[in-house]
Amino acid sequence: MAVSLPATLSGSDAKTRSGPPRRSTRRFLVGVANHCVAIALCAALLVPFLFIIGMALMPDREALGNGLIPHHLEWGNFSRVLHLFPFWHYLGNTLLYSVLSTVGVVVSSLPVAYALARLQWRGRETVMLVILATMMLPTAVTSVSLYSVYVNLGWIGTLKPLIVPLFFGDAFSIFLLRQFLRTIPEDLSDAARVDGAGDLRIMLRIIVPLAKPAIAAVALFNFLYTWNDFFTPLVYTGNNNGAWTLTVALSQFTTLQRGSLYNLQMAGTLLFMAPIIVLFFFAQRAFVEGVTLTGVKG
Amino acid sequence: MRSGSVTVGETPTSGRTARRAPTGGRGSQRLRRRRRLTVLAFMSPWIVGFLAFVLYPMISSLYFSFTTYDLTKPPRWVGLHNYWLLFTQDPVFWQSVRNTLWIICIGVPAKILFALAVALVIVRIRRGAGVYRTIAYLPAIVPMVAAGLSFVYLLNPSGPVNGILGALGLGKPLWFGDPHWAKPGLAIIMIWAAGNTMVILLAALLDVPKDLYEAADLDGAGAWARFRRVTLPLISPVLYFALLTGIIEGFQYFTQAYVASKAISGNAQTLGAPQNSLMFYGTWLYQQGYSYFHMGYASALAWILFLALFAVTLVLIRTSRRWVHYSGG
Repeated sequence: MAVSLPATLSGSDAKTRSGPPRRSTRRFLVGVANHCVAIALCAALLVPFLFIIGMALMPDREALGNGLIPHHLEWGNFSRVLHLFPFWHYLGNTLLYSVLSTVGVVVSSLPVAYALARLQWRGRETVMLVILATMMLPTAVTSVSLYSVYVNLGWIGTLKPLIVPLFFGDAFSIFLLRQFLRTIPEDLSDAARVDGAGDLRIMLRIIVPLAKPAIAAVALFNFLYTWNDFFTPLVYTGNNNGAWTLTVALSQFTTLQRGSLYNLQMAGTLLFMAPIIVLFFFAQRAFVEGVTLTGVKG
Repeated sequence: MRSGSVTVGETPTSGRTARRAPTGGRGSQRLRRRRRLTVLAFMSPWIVGFLAFVLYPMISSLYFSFTTYDLTKPPRWVGLHNYWLLFTQDPVFWQSVRNTLWIICIGVPAKILFALAVALVIVRIRRGAGVYRTIAYLPAIVPMVAAGLSFVYLLNPSGPVNGILGALGLGKPLWFGDPHWAKPGLAIIMIWAAGNTMVILLAALLDVPKDLYEAADLDGAGAWARFRRVTLPLISPVLYFALLTGIIEGFQYFTQAYVASKAISGNAQTLGAPQNSLMFYGTWLYQQGYSYFHMGYASALAWILFLALFAVTLVLIRTSRRWVHYSGG
């Protein structure tokens, strides 16, 4: 008569089957214990954020000491960081990279995923395997020779090498969209086909509205990925700090401000994290469902 | 859930054959050609992308790996010289291999075990599980550069973590100041940000049919037996996925090592500080390719990485049948 998963997992049932009151007390205690462990775990994961916020608000004099909690809150640290380096310029570059490439990924990956999920053709499974294989390909294998191509095109030191390739389909996004598109019943497109609609129309009018959650997940993932991306901008924007994204600028922080002050560094780090964390709280479901979709339904 | 979505995905086949059957003769041929063109048109972004950004660069980097090439002069063929140099004349290469193996053999499993432990706790909670899941996932979205910089602060010798360790009387490691403690420092960041793995393991745990636990219960199985005989086999595909992706990431481990080294040394030329303990394969490749512009040497490094990763992936896939349990295909 084990009704719920938590109770059956708790390891209490086999022997206490006889007395209902004892069993429910036990289950209550196990539940409390679970919450305690979970709260402790979450606290451990959140504590770093608190220390970072604490350091970001410390005045310089305190930041050089060993104190962990600011005695006087220095809100001015945030505006000091903004003036320490061209923050808004780097933010602009980051947004340019994130927004344009996200548009590119969605626009180019959707038709590919459509062809792989909803059209019947020979070699489809083979192509899918090749796409999955490219996901496992180390970036180093392609980036060294792409670098020399971009040198010849004069693209090094610009944002072009970051954005242009993403307009040609992204393996991960194709895979995720294809997994989702496969689950949409075929009857819907069949009905449209009988009415004389072509595949482009079916994709735009029927599939896209139904696949909105998957498209949102792909867009969010790509936005997050590019916002956080460090390797690509580091390599391709090189020494031209006019094209740096925030990640690259932040990594040069200690060099930029000559002599590191943790309070300013943490304030800069927080300014950089904040938009992503806000985005996460608004779009939590899409994130978590997207992760689940790739991991489990694969 | 899973088998459900697969069935829905498979049904179209019947609809398509029905559509194809009635047409015949010249009309069908024209239709077939049109269909082929449609497929080609829809696939074209990927085809162009694959040729330009995967296949061509792969072939040319294989070629570069047999040359010396510094971008200013055309590549000069030197045969296997780069590979010979790597294996026999480059101690930093071997150091980076050892460090990378450390991350793959210790860091990645630790991350997966932690994610599994968190998922096992959260799955037993019904009320408020969403809040815990959100908090546990949150570190995963923190930009790696930000996480790297933050932990260099948190783990600095007189920082908060050592403050707590000291208060508990557990000693104060120098973390990124000590070659022996630098990699454990990076592993802590990895474990802290294990949210992605946690979410997919949690989803797998929630998918385990409850009646299997009830059946195990009736057989008198204890908590460990239930975990070992019911939970573990059923989540093994997801554990396998986590391991595979973790290993692929481990092979290419770069960002946090770069950020941590740079934050403590303040100088790009000393990547891998302290004393090359943070010199990973990816960092060494970066330094050879994009700091020294030894493009031929970097290509050789890239190809060794590729072959090693390919071999490991192949072994994992081949042996997976023995321990990964797939229910219903």
